[in-house]
Amino acid sequence: MGHTLAEKIIAAHLVDGGGNGSGPGAGVEPSDLVEVTVDVVLSNDITAPIAIREFSELGVERVFDPDRVVMVADHFAPNKDIKSAEQCQVMRRFAQAQGLPHHFDVGRMGIEHVLLPEQGLVVPGDLVVGADSHTCTYGALGAFATGVGSTDVAVAMATGCVWLRVPETIRVVYRGRLRPWVGGKDLILYTIGQIGVSGARYKAIEFAGPAVSDLSMAGRFTMANMAIEAGAKVGLFAVDDTTRAYVAGRGVRPGHEHRPDADAAYAEVVEVDVGQIEPQVAFPHLPENARPVSRAGDVSIDQAVIGSCTNGRLEDLRVAAQVLRGRRVSPGVRCIVVPGSQQVYLDAVREGLVEIFVEAGAAVSTPTCGPCLGGHMGVLAAGERAVSTTNRNFRGRMGDPESEVYLAGPAVAAASAVVGRIAAPEEVVQ
Amino acid sequence: MKLMGTVWKYGDNVDTDVIIPARYLNVSTPEELARHCMEDIDPGFAAGVRAGDTIVAGENFGCGSSREHAPLAIQGAGVSCVVAGSFARIFYRNAINVGLPILECPAAVEATQKGDLLAVDLGAGTVTNLSTGNTYQAAPFPPFVMDIIGAGGLVPFTRERLRASQAQES
Repeated sequence: MGHTLAEKIIAAHLVDGGGNGSGPGAGVEPSDLVEVTVDVVLSNDITAPIAIREFSELGVERVFDPDRVVMVADHFAPNKDIKSAEQCQVMRRFAQAQGLPHHFDVGRMGIEHVLLPEQGLVVPGDLVVGADSHTCTYGALGAFATGVGSTDVAVAMATGCVWLRVPETIRVVYRGRLRPWVGGKDLILYTIGQIGVSGARYKAIEFAGPAVSDLSMAGRFTMANMAIEAGAKVGLFAVDDTTRAYVAGRGVRPGHEHRPDADAAYAEVVEVDVGQIEPQVAFPHLPENARPVSRAGDVSIDQAVIGSCTNGRLEDLRVAAQVLRGRRVSPGVRCIVVPGSQQVYLDAVREGLVEIFVEAGAAVSTPTCGPCLGGHMGVLAAGERAVSTTNRNFRGRMGDPESEVYLAGPAVAAASAVVGRIAAPEEVVQ
Repeated sequence: MKLMGTVWKYGDNVDTDVIIPARYLNVSTPEELARHCMEDIDPGFAAGVRAGDTIVAGENFGCGSSREHAPLAIQGAGVSCVVAGSFARIFYRNAINVGLPILECPAAVEATQKGDLLAVDLGAGTVTNLSTGNTYQAAPFPPFVMDIIGAGGLVPFTRERLRASQAQES
Protein backbone atom coordinates (compact mmCIF):
# COMPACT_ATOMS: atom_id res chain seq x y z
CA MET A 1 0.00 0.00 0.00
CA GLY A 2 1.28 3.45 -0.89
CA HIS A 3 1.60 6.49 1.31
CA THR A 4 0.04 9.91 1.56
CA LEU A 5 1.97 13.16 1.43
CA ALA A 6 1.80 13.55 5.21
CA GLU A 7 3.11 10.01 5.79
CA LYS A 8 6.02 10.54 3.40
CA ILE A 9 7.21 13.78 4.96
CA ILE A 10 6.93 12.34 8.47
CA ALA A 11 8.79 9.17 7.42
CA ALA A 12 11.62 11.32 6.05
CA HIS A 13 12.01 12.95 9.47
CA LEU A 14 11.92 9.92 11.78
CA VAL A 15 14.40 10.03 14.61
CA ASP A 16 16.43 6.85 14.71
CA GLY A 17 14.65 4.50 17.06
CA GLY A 18 11.61 6.76 17.08
CA GLY A 19 8.42 6.14 19.04
CA ASN A 20 7.38 3.19 16.91
CA GLY A 21 10.85 1.66 16.75
CA SER A 22 11.31 2.35 13.06
CA GLY A 23 14.38 4.10 11.77
CA PRO A 24 14.89 6.67 8.99
CA GLY A 25 13.54 5.59 5.65
CA ALA A 26 10.93 3.27 7.09
CA GLY A 27 7.32 3.92 6.21
CA VAL A 28 4.85 5.11 8.79
CA GLU A 29 1.19 4.27 9.13
CA PRO A 30 -1.70 6.30 10.50
CA SER A 31 -1.93 6.29 14.31
CA ASP A 32 1.78 5.43 14.75
CA LEU A 33 3.30 7.56 17.48
CA VAL A 34 6.67 8.73 16.22
CA GLU A 35 9.46 11.07 17.15
CA VAL A 36 10.60 13.31 14.33
CA THR A 37 13.21 15.97 13.73
CA VAL A 38 12.00 19.48 13.02
CA ASP A 39 13.38 21.90 10.43
CA VAL A 40 11.86 25.06 11.89
CA VAL A 41 10.47 25.90 15.34
CA LEU A 42 8.27 29.01 15.45
CA SER A 43 6.74 31.10 18.21
CA ASN A 44 5.30 34.60 18.61
CA ASP A 45 4.98 37.30 21.23
CA ILE A 46 2.04 35.53 22.91
CA THR A 47 3.32 31.97 22.88
CA ALA A 48 7.10 32.52 23.16
CA PRO A 49 7.06 33.82 26.76
CA ILE A 50 5.58 30.53 28.01
CA ALA A 51 7.90 28.53 25.75
CA ILE A 52 10.91 30.43 27.11
CA ARG A 53 9.75 29.83 30.69
CA GLU A 54 9.42 26.08 30.01
CA PHE A 55 12.72 26.01 28.09
CA SER A 56 14.47 27.33 31.20
CA GLU A 57 12.99 24.41 33.18
CA LEU A 58 14.59 21.85 30.88
CA GLY A 59 18.13 22.36 32.11
CA VAL A 60 19.37 23.17 28.60
CA GLU A 61 21.52 26.24 27.96
CA ARG A 62 21.27 26.68 24.18
CA VAL A 63 18.65 26.07 21.51
CA PHE A 64 19.43 23.10 19.25
CA ASP A 65 20.17 25.31 16.22
CA PRO A 66 19.77 29.13 16.28
CA ASP A 67 19.13 29.20 12.51
CA ARG A 68 16.04 26.99 12.95
CA VAL A 69 14.37 28.88 15.78
CA VAL A 70 12.15 31.68 14.48
CA MET A 71 10.39 34.26 16.67
CA VAL A 72 8.00 36.91 15.39
CA ALA A 73 6.47 39.84 17.28
CA ASP A 74 3.14 40.07 15.50
CA HIS A 75 0.12 39.41 17.73
CA PHE A 76 0.11 42.37 20.10
CA ALA A 77 2.88 44.23 18.26
CA PRO A 78 3.50 47.11 17.83
CA ASN A 79 3.06 46.80 21.59
CA LYS A 80 -0.56 47.47 22.46
CA ASP A 81 -0.01 47.95 26.20
CA ILE A 82 2.63 47.61 28.88
CA LYS A 83 2.09 43.89 29.44
CA SER A 84 2.37 43.22 25.71
CA ALA A 85 5.54 45.28 25.64
CA GLU A 86 6.92 43.05 28.39
CA GLN A 87 6.06 39.90 26.42
CA CYS A 88 7.85 41.24 23.33
CA GLN A 89 10.76 42.17 25.58
CA VAL A 90 11.03 38.64 27.00
CA MET A 91 11.15 37.28 23.46
CA ARG A 92 13.64 39.92 22.25
CA ARG A 93 16.01 39.26 25.16
CA PHE A 94 15.88 35.51 24.65
CA ALA A 95 16.55 35.96 20.91
CA GLN A 96 19.54 38.18 21.68
CA ALA A 97 20.92 35.85 24.34
CA GLN A 98 20.58 32.83 22.03
CA GLY A 99 21.86 34.71 18.98
CA LEU A 100 18.77 33.97 16.88
CA PRO A 101 19.17 35.47 13.39
CA HIS A 102 15.46 35.07 12.62
CA HIS A 103 13.86 37.17 15.32
CA PHE A 104 11.55 39.64 13.59
CA ASP A 105 10.64 42.83 15.39
CA VAL A 106 8.52 45.86 14.46
CA GLY A 107 9.69 47.44 11.22
CA ARG A 108 11.17 44.20 9.91
CA MET A 109 8.35 41.87 10.72
CA GLY A 110 5.20 40.56 9.20
CA ILE A 111 2.37 38.32 10.25
CA GLU A 112 4.33 35.13 10.84
CA HIS A 113 2.60 32.94 8.27
CA VAL A 114 2.95 35.55 5.56
CA LEU A 115 6.53 36.30 6.59
CA LEU A 116 8.17 32.88 6.87
CA PRO A 117 7.38 31.66 3.33
CA GLU A 118 8.16 35.10 1.91
CA GLN A 119 11.60 35.04 3.59
CA GLY A 120 12.24 31.51 2.33
CA LEU A 121 12.51 30.20 5.90
CA VAL A 122 10.25 27.23 5.10
CA VAL A 123 10.92 25.11 2.03
CA PRO A 124 9.12 22.10 0.51
CA GLY A 125 9.53 18.88 2.47
CA ASP A 126 10.19 20.66 5.76
CA LEU A 127 8.69 19.54 9.03
CA VAL A 128 7.69 22.62 10.99
CA VAL A 129 6.14 23.10 14.40
CA GLY A 130 4.90 26.46 15.57
CA ALA A 131 3.21 27.68 18.71
CA ASP A 132 0.46 29.13 16.59
CA SER A 133 -2.42 27.09 15.25
CA HIS A 134 -2.13 28.58 11.77
CA THR A 135 1.36 27.15 11.32
CA CYS A 136 -0.44 24.73 8.98
CA THR A 137 -0.25 27.54 6.37
CA TYR A 138 3.10 26.16 5.13
CA GLY A 139 1.36 23.03 3.90
CA ALA A 140 0.88 25.10 0.75
CA LEU A 141 4.62 24.65 0.14
CA GLY A 142 4.45 20.87 0.51
CA ALA A 143 5.80 21.12 4.06
CA PHE A 144 4.34 19.20 7.02
CA ALA A 145 3.66 22.14 9.29
CA THR A 146 1.49 22.01 12.37
CA GLY A 147 0.47 24.10 15.32
CA VAL A 148 1.50 23.00 18.80
CA GLY A 149 1.59 24.60 22.23
CA SER A 150 4.35 26.50 23.94
CA THR A 151 5.64 23.48 25.87
CA ASP A 152 6.05 21.48 22.66
CA VAL A 153 7.96 24.43 21.23
CA ALA A 154 10.17 24.63 24.32
CA VAL A 155 11.12 20.97 23.95
CA ALA A 156 11.59 21.32 20.18
CA MET A 157 13.84 24.35 20.71
CA ALA A 158 15.94 22.31 23.13
CA THR A 159 16.07 18.98 21.31
CA GLY A 160 15.16 19.64 17.66
CA CYS A 161 12.56 16.89 17.97
CA VAL A 162 8.85 16.50 18.59
CA TRP A 163 6.44 13.59 19.05
CA LEU A 164 3.59 13.18 16.59
CA ARG A 165 0.75 10.83 15.93
CA VAL A 166 0.77 10.01 12.22
CA PRO A 167 -2.55 11.33 10.92
CA GLU A 168 -5.02 9.70 8.58
CA THR A 169 -5.52 11.80 5.45
CA ILE A 170 -8.64 13.21 3.84
CA ARG A 171 -8.04 14.01 0.18
CA VAL A 172 -10.14 16.83 -1.24
CA VAL A 173 -10.16 16.97 -5.03
CA TYR A 174 -11.29 20.23 -6.66
CA ARG A 175 -12.45 20.13 -10.28
CA GLY A 176 -14.06 22.59 -12.63
CA ARG A 177 -13.59 26.24 -13.45
CA LEU A 178 -13.63 28.96 -10.79
CA ARG A 179 -16.38 31.54 -11.10
CA PRO A 180 -15.53 35.25 -11.11
CA TRP A 181 -14.39 36.61 -7.71
CA VAL A 182 -14.01 33.11 -6.26
CA GLY A 183 -10.62 32.42 -4.68
CA GLY A 184 -8.88 30.15 -2.20
CA LYS A 185 -10.83 31.62 0.72
CA ASP A 186 -14.14 30.67 -0.86
CA LEU A 187 -12.95 27.14 -1.61
CA ILE A 188 -11.78 26.55 1.94
CA LEU A 189 -14.87 28.11 3.57
CA TYR A 190 -17.05 25.96 1.32
CA THR A 191 -15.02 22.86 2.22
CA ILE A 192 -15.23 23.55 5.97
CA GLY A 193 -18.96 24.07 5.48
CA GLN A 194 -19.13 20.62 3.92
CA ILE A 195 -16.98 18.64 6.38
CA GLY A 196 -17.52 20.72 9.56
CA VAL A 197 -15.18 22.23 12.14
CA SER A 198 -14.20 18.82 13.44
CA GLY A 199 -14.50 16.97 10.12
CA ALA A 200 -10.74 16.57 9.83
CA ARG A 201 -9.94 16.38 13.55
CA TYR A 202 -6.55 14.70 14.17
CA LYS A 203 -6.25 14.20 10.37
CA ALA A 204 -4.28 15.66 7.48
CA ILE A 205 -5.99 17.20 4.47
CA GLU A 206 -4.48 16.84 0.99
CA PHE A 207 -5.73 19.54 -1.36
CA ALA A 208 -5.61 18.29 -4.95
CA GLY A 209 -7.18 18.47 -8.37
CA PRO A 210 -6.94 20.70 -11.43
CA ALA A 211 -8.83 23.61 -9.90
CA VAL A 212 -6.28 24.07 -7.12
CA SER A 213 -3.39 23.54 -9.54
CA ASP A 214 -4.62 26.75 -11.16
CA LEU A 215 -4.48 28.65 -7.86
CA SER A 216 -1.64 31.06 -7.10
CA MET A 217 0.51 30.44 -4.03
CA ALA A 218 -1.49 33.13 -2.21
CA GLY A 219 -4.70 31.15 -2.76
CA ARG A 220 -3.01 27.96 -1.61
CA PHE A 221 -1.63 29.59 1.55
CA THR A 222 -5.17 30.77 2.33
CA MET A 223 -6.55 27.24 2.00
CA ALA A 224 -3.78 25.53 3.97
CA ASN A 225 -4.07 28.24 6.63
CA MET A 226 -7.66 27.27 7.41
CA ALA A 227 -7.12 23.48 7.51
CA ILE A 228 -7.07 23.88 11.31
CA GLU A 229 -10.60 25.31 11.16
CA ALA A 230 -11.73 21.84 10.09
CA GLY A 231 -9.71 20.43 13.01
CA ALA A 232 -6.86 19.23 10.78
CA LYS A 233 -3.27 18.79 11.83
CA VAL A 234 -1.99 19.94 8.48
CA GLY A 235 -3.33 20.93 5.03
CA LEU A 236 -0.98 19.87 2.28
CA PHE A 237 -0.43 20.64 -1.39
CA ALA A 238 1.98 18.63 -3.55
CA VAL A 239 4.80 20.67 -5.05
CA ASP A 240 4.32 21.80 -8.65
CA ASP A 241 5.71 24.47 -10.98
CA THR A 242 3.82 27.21 -9.12
CA THR A 243 5.50 26.15 -5.87
CA ARG A 244 8.91 25.89 -7.52
CA ALA A 245 8.59 29.35 -9.05
CA TYR A 246 7.63 30.78 -5.63
CA VAL A 247 10.47 29.12 -3.76
CA ALA A 248 13.13 29.89 -6.38
CA GLY A 249 15.47 32.57 -5.12
CA ARG A 250 13.95 32.58 -1.62
CA GLY A 251 14.75 29.28 0.07
CA VAL A 252 17.45 29.36 2.72
CA ARG A 253 17.85 25.59 2.27
CA PRO A 254 17.23 23.19 -0.60
CA GLY A 255 13.82 21.58 -0.31
CA HIS A 256 12.58 18.04 -0.90
CA GLU A 257 9.64 17.27 -3.13
CA HIS A 258 7.38 14.50 -1.91
CA ARG A 259 4.26 13.33 -3.65
CA PRO A 260 1.47 11.03 -2.60
CA ASP A 261 1.40 7.53 -4.07
CA ALA A 262 -1.41 6.70 -6.47
CA ASP A 263 -2.39 3.81 -4.19
CA ALA A 264 -2.14 5.77 -0.95
CA ALA A 265 -4.82 4.89 1.60
CA TYR A 266 -7.14 7.77 2.40
CA ALA A 267 -9.63 7.97 5.24
CA GLU A 268 -11.95 9.74 2.83
CA VAL A 269 -11.90 11.31 -0.63
CA VAL A 270 -14.10 14.38 -1.12
CA GLU A 271 -14.88 15.67 -4.61
CA VAL A 272 -15.72 19.33 -5.08
CA ASP A 273 -17.04 20.92 -8.28
CA VAL A 274 -15.78 24.48 -7.94
CA GLY A 275 -18.05 25.65 -10.75
CA GLN A 276 -20.92 25.41 -8.23
CA ILE A 277 -19.20 27.63 -5.68
CA GLU A 278 -20.09 31.31 -5.23
CA PRO A 279 -18.11 33.68 -3.04
CA GLN A 280 -18.73 32.43 0.50
CA VAL A 281 -19.53 34.03 3.85
CA ALA A 282 -19.20 32.13 7.14
CA PHE A 283 -21.75 33.36 9.67
CA PRO A 284 -21.13 33.59 13.42
CA HIS A 285 -19.90 31.78 15.45
CA LEU A 286 -18.19 28.93 13.58
CA PRO A 287 -16.24 28.81 10.29
CA GLU A 288 -18.47 25.90 9.21
CA ASN A 289 -21.46 28.24 8.93
CA ALA A 290 -20.53 28.99 5.33
CA ARG A 291 -23.14 30.00 2.78
CA PRO A 292 -23.09 31.65 -0.65
CA VAL A 293 -22.99 35.44 -0.49
CA SER A 294 -26.22 35.55 -2.50
CA ARG A 295 -27.93 33.93 0.49
CA ALA A 296 -26.40 36.21 3.11
CA GLY A 297 -29.55 38.30 3.45
CA ASP A 298 -29.47 41.85 4.79
CA VAL A 299 -26.55 41.95 7.23
CA SER A 300 -25.39 45.50 7.95
CA ILE A 301 -21.77 45.87 9.07
CA ASP A 302 -19.79 48.29 11.19
CA GLN A 303 -16.30 47.17 10.21
CA ALA A 304 -14.48 45.44 7.37
CA VAL A 305 -11.04 43.93 7.98
CA ILE A 306 -8.86 43.01 5.01
CA GLY A 307 -5.61 41.26 5.87
CA SER A 308 -4.30 38.57 8.29
CA CYS A 309 -2.30 35.37 7.85
CA THR A 310 -5.22 34.12 5.80
CA ASN A 311 -5.63 36.97 3.30
CA GLY A 312 -2.89 39.52 3.88
CA ARG A 313 -0.82 38.85 0.77
CA LEU A 314 -0.29 41.16 -2.19
CA GLU A 315 -2.74 39.21 -4.39
CA ASP A 316 -5.43 39.65 -1.72
CA LEU A 317 -4.83 43.40 -1.53
CA ARG A 318 -5.01 43.61 -5.33
CA VAL A 319 -8.46 42.00 -5.28
CA ALA A 320 -9.62 44.42 -2.58
CA ALA A 321 -8.19 47.37 -4.51
CA GLN A 322 -9.97 46.25 -7.64
CA VAL A 323 -13.25 46.64 -5.76
CA LEU A 324 -12.35 49.82 -3.84
CA ARG A 325 -10.68 51.72 -6.71
CA GLY A 326 -12.52 54.99 -7.30
CA ARG A 327 -15.15 54.14 -4.67
CA ARG A 328 -15.77 55.18 -1.08
CA VAL A 329 -16.16 53.08 2.03
CA SER A 330 -19.75 53.45 3.30
CA PRO A 331 -19.98 56.27 5.89
CA GLY A 332 -21.08 53.85 8.62
CA VAL A 333 -18.18 51.43 8.11
CA ARG A 334 -14.62 51.38 9.40
CA CYS A 335 -12.51 49.61 6.78
CA ILE A 336 -9.12 48.44 8.04
CA VAL A 337 -6.50 47.07 5.65
CA VAL A 338 -3.55 45.21 7.17
CA PRO A 339 -0.77 44.18 4.77
CA GLY A 340 0.73 40.87 5.90
CA SER A 341 4.37 41.90 5.93
CA GLN A 342 6.71 44.84 5.40
CA GLN A 343 7.37 43.53 1.89
CA VAL A 344 3.65 43.26 1.10
CA TYR A 345 3.21 46.79 2.45
CA LEU A 346 6.05 48.13 0.31
CA ASP A 347 4.78 46.35 -2.80
CA ALA A 348 1.28 47.70 -2.12
CA VAL A 349 2.68 51.22 -1.84
CA ARG A 350 4.66 50.87 -5.06
CA GLU A 351 1.70 49.45 -6.97
CA GLY A 352 -0.52 52.28 -5.83
CA LEU A 353 -2.81 50.02 -3.81
CA VAL A 354 -2.31 51.95 -0.59
CA GLU A 355 -3.33 55.14 -2.37
CA ILE A 356 -6.52 53.44 -3.56
CA PHE A 357 -7.32 52.29 -0.01
CA VAL A 358 -6.66 55.68 1.61
CA GLU A 359 -8.62 57.53 -1.06
CA ALA A 360 -11.51 55.12 -0.49
CA GLY A 361 -11.52 56.06 3.19
CA ALA A 362 -9.87 52.92 4.55
CA ALA A 363 -7.26 52.83 7.32
CA VAL A 364 -4.03 51.08 6.35
CA SER A 365 -2.13 49.54 9.25
CA THR A 366 1.37 48.24 9.77
CA PRO A 367 1.45 44.40 9.73
CA THR A 368 -0.08 42.88 12.86
CA CYS A 369 -2.43 40.06 13.89
CA GLY A 370 -4.20 42.68 16.08
CA PRO A 371 -7.79 42.84 14.82
CA CYS A 372 -8.16 39.13 13.98
CA LEU A 373 -8.07 38.07 17.62
CA GLY A 374 -9.57 41.17 19.18
CA GLY A 375 -6.18 42.36 20.35
CA HIS A 376 -5.96 45.88 18.99
CA MET A 377 -6.38 47.87 15.75
CA GLY A 378 -10.06 47.14 15.29
CA VAL A 379 -11.73 45.71 18.42
CA LEU A 380 -15.54 45.45 18.26
CA ALA A 381 -18.07 46.75 20.79
CA ALA A 382 -21.19 44.83 21.88
CA GLY A 383 -23.69 44.51 19.03
CA GLU A 384 -21.17 45.44 16.32
CA ARG A 385 -20.64 43.32 13.24
CA ALA A 386 -17.53 42.90 11.11
CA VAL A 387 -16.95 41.21 7.80
CA SER A 388 -13.39 39.97 7.89
CA THR A 389 -10.91 38.12 5.71
CA THR A 390 -9.49 36.46 8.83
CA ASN A 391 -9.97 32.82 9.79
CA ARG A 392 -12.09 32.63 12.95
CA ASN A 393 -15.52 33.94 13.86
CA PHE A 394 -15.78 32.43 17.34
CA ARG A 395 -17.80 34.26 19.96
CA GLY A 396 -15.84 37.26 21.18
CA ARG A 397 -13.02 36.62 18.73
CA MET A 398 -12.78 40.26 17.62
CA GLY A 399 -13.87 41.93 20.82
CA ASP A 400 -17.01 41.97 22.92
CA PRO A 401 -18.71 38.56 23.32
CA GLU A 402 -21.86 40.14 21.90
CA SER A 403 -20.11 41.22 18.67
CA GLU A 404 -20.20 39.21 15.45
CA VAL A 405 -17.65 38.25 12.81
CA TYR A 406 -18.55 37.15 9.27
CA LEU A 407 -15.68 35.50 7.40
CA ALA A 408 -15.18 36.12 3.68
CA GLY A 409 -12.56 36.65 1.02
CA PRO A 410 -11.13 40.07 0.12
CA ALA A 411 -13.59 40.70 -2.75
CA VAL A 412 -16.67 40.28 -0.54
CA ALA A 413 -15.05 42.18 2.35
CA ALA A 414 -14.22 45.14 0.10
CA ALA A 415 -17.64 45.13 -1.57
CA SER A 416 -19.33 44.98 1.84
CA ALA A 417 -17.25 47.95 3.01
CA VAL A 418 -18.57 49.99 0.08
CA VAL A 419 -22.21 48.93 0.42
CA GLY A 420 -22.38 48.91 4.23
CA ARG A 421 -23.83 45.43 4.42
CA ILE A 422 -22.57 42.02 3.32
CA ALA A 423 -22.47 42.30 -0.46
CA ALA A 424 -21.34 40.38 -3.51
CA PRO A 425 -18.54 42.01 -5.54
CA GLU A 426 -20.86 42.20 -8.58
CA GLU A 427 -23.07 44.62 -6.68
CA VAL A 428 -20.18 47.09 -6.71
CA VAL A 429 -18.08 46.25 -9.76
CA GLN A 430 -19.96 45.90 -13.01
CA MET B 1 -4.75 9.05 40.49
CA LYS B 2 -8.34 9.47 41.70
CA LEU B 3 -10.21 12.75 41.39
CA MET B 4 -13.62 13.90 42.53
CA GLY B 5 -15.51 17.07 41.83
CA THR B 6 -18.67 18.89 40.82
CA VAL B 7 -19.46 19.12 37.12
CA TRP B 8 -19.50 22.24 34.95
CA LYS B 9 -21.22 21.14 31.73
CA TYR B 10 -20.73 22.63 28.25
CA GLY B 11 -21.68 21.74 24.67
CA ASP B 12 -19.74 20.97 21.48
CA ASN B 13 -16.90 23.01 19.95
CA VAL B 14 -15.89 24.95 23.07
CA ASP B 15 -13.09 26.99 21.48
CA THR B 16 -9.94 28.38 23.03
CA ASP B 17 -11.22 31.94 22.52
CA VAL B 18 -13.98 31.32 25.05
CA ILE B 19 -11.79 29.23 27.37
CA ILE B 20 -9.50 32.24 27.59
CA PRO B 21 -10.27 35.27 25.38
CA ALA B 22 -7.33 36.71 23.47
CA ARG B 23 -7.74 40.07 25.17
CA TYR B 24 -6.21 38.48 28.27
CA LEU B 25 -3.23 36.88 26.52
CA ASN B 26 -0.91 39.67 27.59
CA VAL B 27 -0.37 37.61 30.76
CA SER B 28 0.59 33.96 31.09
CA THR B 29 0.42 32.75 34.70
CA PRO B 30 -2.34 30.21 35.48
CA GLU B 31 -3.63 32.32 38.38
CA GLU B 32 -4.07 35.49 36.29
CA LEU B 33 -5.60 33.58 33.37
CA ALA B 34 -8.03 31.71 35.63
CA ARG B 35 -9.84 34.95 36.52
CA HIS B 36 -11.22 35.12 32.98
CA CYS B 37 -11.59 31.42 32.20
CA MET B 38 -14.82 30.66 30.26
CA GLU B 39 -16.19 34.16 30.89
CA ASP B 40 -17.61 34.69 27.38
CA ILE B 41 -19.89 31.63 27.59
CA ASP B 42 -20.25 31.31 31.36
CA PRO B 43 -19.63 34.52 33.28
CA GLY B 44 -20.27 32.73 36.59
CA PHE B 45 -17.55 30.11 36.12
CA ALA B 46 -14.47 31.94 37.37
CA ALA B 47 -16.14 33.07 40.60
CA GLY B 48 -18.07 29.84 41.20
CA VAL B 49 -15.51 27.13 40.39
CA ARG B 50 -14.07 25.23 43.37
CA ALA B 51 -10.79 23.37 43.56
CA GLY B 52 -11.32 19.83 42.27
CA ASP B 53 -14.36 20.64 40.09
CA THR B 54 -14.54 18.99 36.68
CA ILE B 55 -15.45 20.28 33.23
CA VAL B 56 -17.59 17.97 31.10
CA ALA B 57 -18.14 18.97 27.47
CA GLY B 58 -19.17 17.62 24.08
CA GLU B 59 -17.18 17.12 20.89
CA ASN B 60 -14.05 19.01 19.77
CA PHE B 61 -13.29 20.66 23.12
CA GLY B 62 -10.51 23.26 22.82
CA CYS B 63 -10.77 23.86 19.09
CA GLY B 64 -9.08 26.90 17.58
CA SER B 65 -5.91 28.54 18.77
CA SER B 66 -2.76 26.78 19.95
CA ARG B 67 -2.66 28.94 23.06
CA GLU B 68 -1.42 26.89 25.99
CA HIS B 69 -3.05 29.61 28.07
CA ALA B 70 -6.27 27.58 27.64
CA PRO B 71 -5.28 24.48 29.66
CA LEU B 72 -3.28 26.74 32.00
CA ALA B 73 -6.38 28.87 32.70
CA ILE B 74 -8.40 25.72 33.44
CA GLN B 75 -5.61 24.43 35.68
CA GLY B 76 -5.34 27.79 37.40
CA ALA B 77 -9.08 27.69 38.10
CA GLY B 78 -8.48 24.52 40.12
CA VAL B 79 -10.26 22.18 37.70
CA SER B 80 -9.07 18.64 38.36
CA CYS B 81 -10.05 17.04 35.05
CA VAL B 82 -11.75 17.70 31.71
CA VAL B 83 -13.98 14.93 30.33
CA ALA B 84 -15.15 15.46 26.73
CA GLY B 85 -16.62 13.54 23.85
CA SER B 86 -13.47 14.45 21.94
CA PHE B 87 -10.70 17.04 22.05
CA ALA B 88 -9.24 19.27 19.36
CA ARG B 89 -5.76 17.98 18.72
CA ILE B 90 -3.64 20.94 19.84
CA PHE B 91 -5.60 21.23 23.09
CA TYR B 92 -5.18 17.47 23.60
CA ARG B 93 -1.39 17.80 23.29
CA ASN B 94 -1.24 20.92 25.41
CA ALA B 95 -3.27 19.39 28.24
CA ILE B 96 -1.02 16.32 28.35
CA ASN B 97 2.11 18.45 28.07
CA VAL B 98 1.18 20.73 30.97
CA GLY B 99 -0.20 17.92 33.12
CA LEU B 100 -3.93 18.75 33.00
CA PRO B 101 -5.84 15.44 33.24
CA ILE B 102 -8.22 14.87 30.32
CA LEU B 103 -10.34 11.91 29.27
CA GLU B 104 -12.33 11.16 26.12
CA CYS B 105 -15.57 9.51 27.19
CA PRO B 106 -18.67 10.35 25.10
CA ALA B 107 -20.94 8.02 27.10
CA ALA B 108 -20.11 9.77 30.37
CA VAL B 109 -20.65 13.17 28.77
CA GLU B 110 -24.08 12.20 27.56
CA ALA B 111 -25.15 10.96 31.00
CA THR B 112 -23.81 13.89 33.03
CA GLN B 113 -25.55 17.13 34.03
CA LYS B 114 -24.26 20.34 35.49
CA GLY B 115 -23.84 19.98 39.23
CA ASP B 116 -23.44 16.18 39.24
CA LEU B 117 -20.64 14.78 41.33
CA LEU B 118 -18.05 12.97 39.24
CA ALA B 119 -15.30 10.58 40.32
CA VAL B 120 -12.47 9.97 37.85
CA ASP B 121 -9.87 7.22 38.13
CA LEU B 122 -7.12 8.24 35.74
CA GLY B 123 -5.16 5.02 36.10
CA ALA B 124 -8.15 2.84 35.29
CA GLY B 125 -9.57 5.38 32.83
CA THR B 126 -13.01 5.28 34.42
CA VAL B 127 -15.53 8.03 34.99
CA THR B 128 -18.19 7.45 37.65
CA ASN B 129 -21.17 9.73 38.00
CA LEU B 130 -21.75 9.57 41.76
CA SER B 131 -25.07 11.34 41.34
CA THR B 132 -26.42 8.47 39.22
CA GLY B 133 -24.09 5.66 40.25
CA ASN B 134 -23.08 4.78 36.69
CA THR B 135 -19.49 4.14 35.61
CA TYR B 136 -18.08 4.66 32.12
CA GLN B 137 -14.82 3.54 30.50
CA ALA B 138 -12.79 6.26 28.77
CA ALA B 139 -10.55 5.78 25.72
CA PRO B 140 -7.10 4.62 26.91
CA PHE B 141 -3.95 6.66 26.25
CA PRO B 142 -1.10 5.12 24.24
CA PRO B 143 1.84 4.00 26.45
CA PHE B 144 4.12 6.83 25.26
CA VAL B 145 1.51 9.40 26.26
CA MET B 146 1.01 7.60 29.60
CA ASP B 147 4.76 8.03 30.19
CA ILE B 148 4.46 11.80 29.68
CA ILE B 149 1.42 11.97 31.97
CA GLY B 150 3.23 9.81 34.54
CA ALA B 151 6.22 12.15 34.54
CA GLY B 152 3.92 15.11 35.23
CA GLY B 153 4.11 16.64 31.77
CA LEU B 154 6.42 17.02 28.80
CA VAL B 155 9.01 19.23 30.52
CA PRO B 156 9.80 16.87 33.43
CA PHE B 157 9.58 13.93 31.00
CA THR B 158 12.11 15.54 28.63
CA ARG B 159 14.36 16.77 31.45
CA GLU B 160 14.64 13.22 32.72
CA ARG B 161 15.35 11.85 29.25
CA LEU B 162 18.04 14.46 28.62
CA ARG B 163 19.67 13.65 31.97
CA ALA B 164 19.61 9.96 31.19
CA SER B 165 21.17 10.40 27.74
CA GLN B 166 23.86 12.72 29.15
CA ALA B 167 24.66 10.16 31.84
CA GLN B 168 24.96 7.50 29.14
CA GLU B 169 27.41 9.64 27.14
CA SER B 170 29.68 10.41 30.10
